Amino acid sequence: MAGEERVVKLKIDNVRKVYNSQNGEVIALNGVSLDIYENEFITVVGPSGCGKSTLLNIIAGLEKTTSGKVFCDDQEIMDTGTERGVVFQQYALFPWLTVLGNVKFGLSLQGMKKEKADEIAMKYIRMVDLEDFVNSYPKELSGGMKQRVAIARAYAANPSVLLMDEPFGALDAQTRTQLQEELLHTWEKEQKTCFFITHDVDEAIILGQRVIIMSARPGRIKEVVDINIPYPRSQETKITPEFLEAKNYIWSQVYKEYLEVRK
Amino acid sequence: MKRVVKIVINQTLKTKNKSNVKKTPMTKSNWVEKIPSNLWVLISLVVAIVIWTILSIIPNTSRSFPNIFYVSESVVTMMQRGVFWSDIASSLISVLVGFLIGFVISLPVAVLMAWYRPIRFIIEPWIQFVRNIPPLAYVPLVVISAGVGRTPQIIVITIATFLTMSITIYQGVRNIDPTLIKAARVLGAKDKDIFLKVIAPASLPFIMTAIRLGTAIGLTSLIAAESTGASAGLGMRIRALNNTFEASPMLLYIIVIGVIGLIFERLVKLLERRLTGWQEKRE
Repeated sequence: MAGEERVVKLKIDNVRKVYNSQNGEVIALNGVSLDIYENEFITVVGPSGCGKSTLLNIIAGLEKTTSGKVFCDDQEIMDTGTERGVVFQQYALFPWLTVLGNVKFGLSLQGMKKEKADEIAMKYIRMVDLEDFVNSYPKELSGGMKQRVAIARAYAANPSVLLMDEPFGALDAQTRTQLQEELLHTWEKEQKTCFFITHDVDEAIILGQRVIIMSARPGRIKEVVDINIPYPRSQETKITPEFLEAKNYIWSQVYKEYLEVRK
Repeated sequence: MKRVVKIVINQTLKTKNKSNVKKTPMTKSNWVEKIPSNLWVLISLVVAIVIWTILSIIPNTSRSFPNIFYVSESVVTMMQRGVFWSDIASSLISVLVGFLIGFVISLPVAVLMAWYRPIRFIIEPWIQFVRNIPPLAYVPLVVISAGVGRTPQIIVITIATFLTMSITIYQGVRNIDPTLIKAARVLGAKDKDIFLKVIAPASLPFIMTAIRLGTAIGLTSLIAAESTGASAGLGMRIRALNNTFEASPMLLYIIVIGVIGLIFERLVKLLERRLTGWQEKRE
């Protein structure tokens, strides 16, 4: 991959975010700069409180920076936009809508005709293997199924950037590995720029082309680690020497940050 | 060796105990579940009638609890007096109209309180303050301005239902999961969409709760509302019967109010099941 050919999709330029709390100012992010390339899979790890969710919210347009700018396709991000989809840890499905209703929520908002919206929604429901649950309500689904719906919903709106905030964090280990593989498959088929937050180092390496290690208080980028393991990756990748080497290295760096936070 | 044996015995004892403990509630719930719920309603009714009959025999309580036959008979008496149906109709009109006006006002007030903090800070303490005052206390004030008749009745019920419903709906709207709003925004929802497609459906369960509470409050403030010089009505009639010491029709009217409350609750539940069946927790 020659650096020159790659298009910068997201440009994070010297972002600073300060919250005013009762105990004074809290610096959530400080001097964060990063270029994310088109169709790149970026994973972010770091201790809780390192501002990784804040960074995701800023890219999504859900929060504003205190200073610094974020660009998507050279356009400054001022608000949410359908070219940037988000998958939340808590699924955030609309409980009053069926699986189909949830997946086509964004399409209906765009004023798409019902038949067209149904067709596109069905395509993504099939992609996540939930065609038998089209008319089920979220309360009838397991956690893993709910997150599949959320992923289908994000995909159906056809964003070019997919922002994921610990999407598999609430799932059991087995479901998590399964969804990781599914996500990789989907990403290989329909390439999108992915920005994936996790606290699971294994997950960060198996998914990402680059792993961003963040440090806490104030949140900033500590290191960017290239993962040169070719795709398609699978669970077997986890026993390769490259994987283990990356895991040891990243884990030791992250662990230092955990200790730092505990001080 | 001995030790081992002991341990084994201990363990078998333990497991025996455990299975015993498990079995007792199982058998207990079994016979409870064997009786269908309809039959339980009937049993409950029979028990109530038996207690009622006992109360009607004990001299100390018999004057307040006339025999069930006298009470049933008083339906005919009240019909002959030509007031039974008109009393029910009059009360229903007051409660339903008062409730509807209260509901229509409480909806926008609740949303405004949830949406704009200044409005919340100004209005909420007063709603909480007045809510704790029994309607009977402010009835005379209402009568001074609104006179006697239907109007003050409706005003009293409107006030009482509005206070409860606005607080219930407002708290519901405030408790809507903020990630749902975020999820809608990133899918391209504007403020109008968020209101119509997220806030409104997410508030529906709380609106249903408010309706249930509102109808109940409307009914319980009926006696207060009808102490405004009403010419008919269940509450007014109970007070009138009090003056002539007619216990049987009084008890009958009290039961009628209870039955109306029961019917309201059933209707609301039916509506709830149709509209908010998607909810995670049910009952």
